[in-house]
Amino acid sequence: MSVRVRDLTVSLSGRVVTEAVTTGIDRGGWLGIIGPNGAGKSTILRAIVGTIPYAGVVEIEGRGDIHHDRRESARMIAYVPQRPELPPMMRVCDYVMLGRTPHLSLFATEGPRDLQVVEEVLCRLELAHLRDRTLSEISGGEAQRAVLGRALVQEASVLVLDEPTTGLDLGHQEQVLELTDELRHERGLTVICAMHDLTVAGQFCDRLTLIDRGRVVVEGAVAEVLTPDRIRKHFGAAVEVVDDGVGGIIVVPRRRPRQR
Amino acid sequence: MWVRSARERGVPSSCQPWQLLVGVLFLVGVMTLAALIGPADLPLGGVISTLLEKLPLLHVHSTLSVTDQQVVWQIRMPRIVLGALVGAMLAVAGATYQGVFQNPLADPYLLGVAAGAGLGATLAIELFPRTTSWPVSPVPLAAFAGGLVAAIVTFLLGRSGGRYRATATLVLAGVAVAAFFTAVQTFAQQRNTQNLQQTYAWILGGLTTASWQQVEIVAPYVVISAGVLVAYRRVLDVMSVGDEEADSLGIRAHRVRLVTVIFATLGTAAAVSMSGLIGFVGIIIPHTLRLVVGSSYRRILPLSVLFGAAFLVLADLLARTIAAPAEIPLGVITAFFGAPFFLMVLRRAGGSR
Repeated sequence: MSVRVRDLTVSLSGRVVTEAVTTGIDRGGWLGIIGPNGAGKSTILRAIVGTIPYAGVVEIEGRGDIHHDRRESARMIAYVPQRPELPPMMRVCDYVMLGRTPHLSLFATEGPRDLQVVEEVLCRLELAHLRDRTLSEISGGEAQRAVLGRALVQEASVLVLDEPTTGLDLGHQEQVLELTDELRHERGLTVICAMHDLTVAGQFCDRLTLIDRGRVVVEGAVAEVLTPDRIRKHFGAAVEVVDDGVGGIIVVPRRRPRQR
Repeated sequence: MWVRSARERGVPSSCQPWQLLVGVLFLVGVMTLAALIGPADLPLGGVISTLLEKLPLLHVHSTLSVTDQQVVWQIRMPRIVLGALVGAMLAVAGATYQGVFQNPLADPYLLGVAAGAGLGATLAIELFPRTTSWPVSPVPLAAFAGGLVAAIVTFLLGRSGGRYRATATLVLAGVAVAAFFTAVQTFAQQRNTQNLQQTYAWILGGLTTASWQQVEIVAPYVVISAGVLVAYRRVLDVMSVGDEEADSLGIRAHRVRLVTVIFATLGTAAAVSMSGLIGFVGIIIPHTLRLVVGSSYRRILPLSVLFGAAFLVLADLLARTIAAPAEIPLGVITAFFGAPFFLMVLRRAGGSR
């Protein structure tokens, strides 16, 4: 499903956090939200998910009223927060099963179809052997897969990820992102993802939105957004931008020559 | 209601039928034991036949004398049934508070709910002494109002930075609120000095004066409240990922918290208005169940009803037998087991944060 955000303004405890943000992505695309710390990336994602109040329009597949019904909205948008709450005593299978919540009425119990969906996702994410472990007994990479699994069993067509590789080592970062990309193609998911690693953003995203101090600086294709000048201006970092030759972009930090 | 079809049994954390069966058998066993033991030495067969006589369709006749039947049915049974109702309610309310506030030490007694309910009940008794002719007794309603006020004040005071799970803060707020409400309640009762002894008996908690009439007043509140809370068991598991994530999963976390706290407080208030202040049941039962059946509220809530009921019947049996013919206040027994347990939970909670 396509996602369009228009004039999104969010105030949290009286402070304007994002102002008049306009961006969007077509069905099946991967939109990266980048920007320095505190720019308002997470806030934009939370507004798209609908868990915080906002002014402006969030449209999913042309519908601007999806946040009126929480359950319906949760069937369209699945959310992986930056620091998910992981109840330490909860078992992996029970945790993933929570993702079926929007498909159940308040007092209903999961049926065979819910169990089947969870089973498929556990196998697809290679979590099946961990199903009876508690969340405190698995590694960070495994926990991140469990959170992704919970989002996938929602069977939403929009997946919102807030820096999904936070705290993971290089190998697990790559694993989670490749997995997300594979699932996007398998299931035709639209991905909106806040990212802090610009090389990763340059390799995985179709489009990027650069945010600074709550406002959109630039929005467009990866090569248009990631230029050394912009990165220096908004991140305060000196970098070199290299074309990886297969349609992606690599951003390499480069120390300024020291003047003695 | 809890019997599941075979295909649903696959839900990993659901309460298993055998677990419920164990709970039911344990409760029935404890209630029968409590009916057997007492100052009047009655034979096992006589007591059981007296109880079975009351069941419809069984056509069993009691082998006891009329007086002994009275002892079983008018003295022992109301007390046992009232104890079971109160215990079930306190345990399921404790589990619910722990779930929706994500605080392992939440308990009707520690949150001040019981003290607030006590104040409400006392004021109702003082202000409207003759209520037997009223269609509905005002006591549980007044207790509910008092309990709800106490709960709200505790949560407002104890909510540090918008989070309920700062374990110690919430409990400290509860202690302060409970102390205040208990002080006002004591003051209200002191003004009526002929009730002084009764006052203290009530504060320490007890089922000494239990009657079928009290059971009839409390039962609807407890059955409805516990029923609603058990119905929310799956949603309470969803609440354990925090409000924002629960919202993103399609649950309105604030609304769920409001509804469950109202029913937990209503049931607790009704129970406490009859039994007096009984602490720690809401801590002991849910935490013991967590150790045995895991952390899912799908199991903890229904099993809390059964084992909470059984626990309080047993505690009351101890209260009236270990120093017989004198009685030890029931609240003393539950505190005796509960306080060490509380410290254990506090240590575990402190260690994980």
